[in-house]
Amino acid sequence: MLQKNQDSILFDHNRDGIDRRGFLKCMAWAGTGALCVLEGGVLKSYGLDDPAPTAKAAPSELCFVQISDSHMGFNKPANADVAATLKAAVAKINALSVPPEFILHTGDISHLSKAEEFDNVSQILQSASVKDVFFVPGEHDVLEDDGKQYRERYGKNTKGAGWYSFDKKGVHLIALVNVMNLKAGGMGSLGAEQLEWLEDDVRHLSKSTPVVVFAHMPLWNIYPEWGWGTDDSAQALSYLKRFGSVTVLNGHIHQTMQKVEGNVTFHTAASTAFPQPHPGAAPSPGPMKVPAEQLRSLLGVTDVNYIRKRHALALIDSTLE
Amino acid sequence: MYIHKPYKEEAMKKSRWSLYLAASVLVALAALPAAQESVAAGPPSAEVKIDNFSFTPPTLTVKAGTQITWRNADDIPHTVVSDDQSFKSKVLDTDETFTFTASKPGTYSYFCSIHPKMTGKLVVE
Repeated sequence: MLQKNQDSILFDHNRDGIDRRGFLKCMAWAGTGALCVLEGGVLKSYGLDDPAPTAKAAPSELCFVQISDSHMGFNKPANADVAATLKAAVAKINALSVPPEFILHTGDISHLSKAEEFDNVSQILQSASVKDVFFVPGEHDVLEDDGKQYRERYGKNTKGAGWYSFDKKGVHLIALVNVMNLKAGGMGSLGAEQLEWLEDDVRHLSKSTPVVVFAHMPLWNIYPEWGWGTDDSAQALSYLKRFGSVTVLNGHIHQTMQKVEGNVTFHTAASTAFPQPHPGAAPSPGPMKVPAEQLRSLLGVTDVNYIRKRHALALIDSTLE
Repeated sequence: MYIHKPYKEEAMKKSRWSLYLAASVLVALAALPAAQESVAAGPPSAEVKIDNFSFTPPTLTVKAGTQITWRNADDIPHTVVSDDQSFKSKVLDTDETFTFTASKPGTYSYFCSIHPKMTGKLVVE
């Protein structure tokens, strides 16, 4: 259902046996999260329940998990208990055979930027076996106060509206903010100051450094009619062209999607709160009400696994079921 | 005279009655405008519905002084912000409203600052 318009993994650059059919099978798990393994610059996605990639994890590998769009505070029919589904995501992460080194949360932590919503998420994430969580804000986290509260909570050692970068096991990770100062009629926006910082941030890196970029709104134009893209993402990506392996992780659209474009693999994670319709499949991108027994199959976690030797990063999406 | 007397008395009675009637009508008439004013005490009003990530009607034309109310019928919060910042709502959760009285004629483009693809226009004549 989600995969109908899936245009990704048509290519098998690595001749690694990850065919489209197999990939779509993985996509059917979309919902809880994903495990990412990048191989030869191509990102592969496996279900968190699939033991194959994690069982092979070596000390030089980098494994981390992406969760997104927890929307704490949302209580409408699409999911009346978003705390329970976030807890289910954490349980899924805790059950991984190879513990991830950190968690990325790609925004919309809260639904209405309320202090108690942020507090609630922090409390639930405390029960995760992995303690390091890296955040970027979603538009729901910066309501009313231009992100002041967000930066007070999560913005230590960040620049501007909350962007930053760090290195783990030879992988350079870059957190971008594309939900501030949105212009009428536009989509996500990075802004000149952040673009300048990004250009400078990657200048010193060798082209063989694997780069992972994460931001809330998609950095590729998935569906501009619904604002699912970022107006100035092309410029950001132009600074990353020279790198052999670039992985872009986003949230916002509450469903998993993947695309490979040259050296860049784009991936969006499922929400832990509620699904949204496939692009254009509904009059609007509002929360999608599905039968209760189906909900957790549409929510998820993404597990990312970087295998140094093979220069590969694999992504595994798995549902909350 | 005799005939006239009762007639006169009758007439006087009648005229007193009419005076009373006239006075009550006057009182009623005087009260009427006040009553009308209290019904339409505020300025004329209009409503814009926020539904399915869009503003309906997308363009609203009103006379200066009209009070406009935006109502959010979506399960997702929205805002109403004019491009020139002449009006700006707080975040409207489901069923919350924002009211703005358009006093200055002109064309105001506005959008939802959370979902900027959502745009609308307010024309004040």
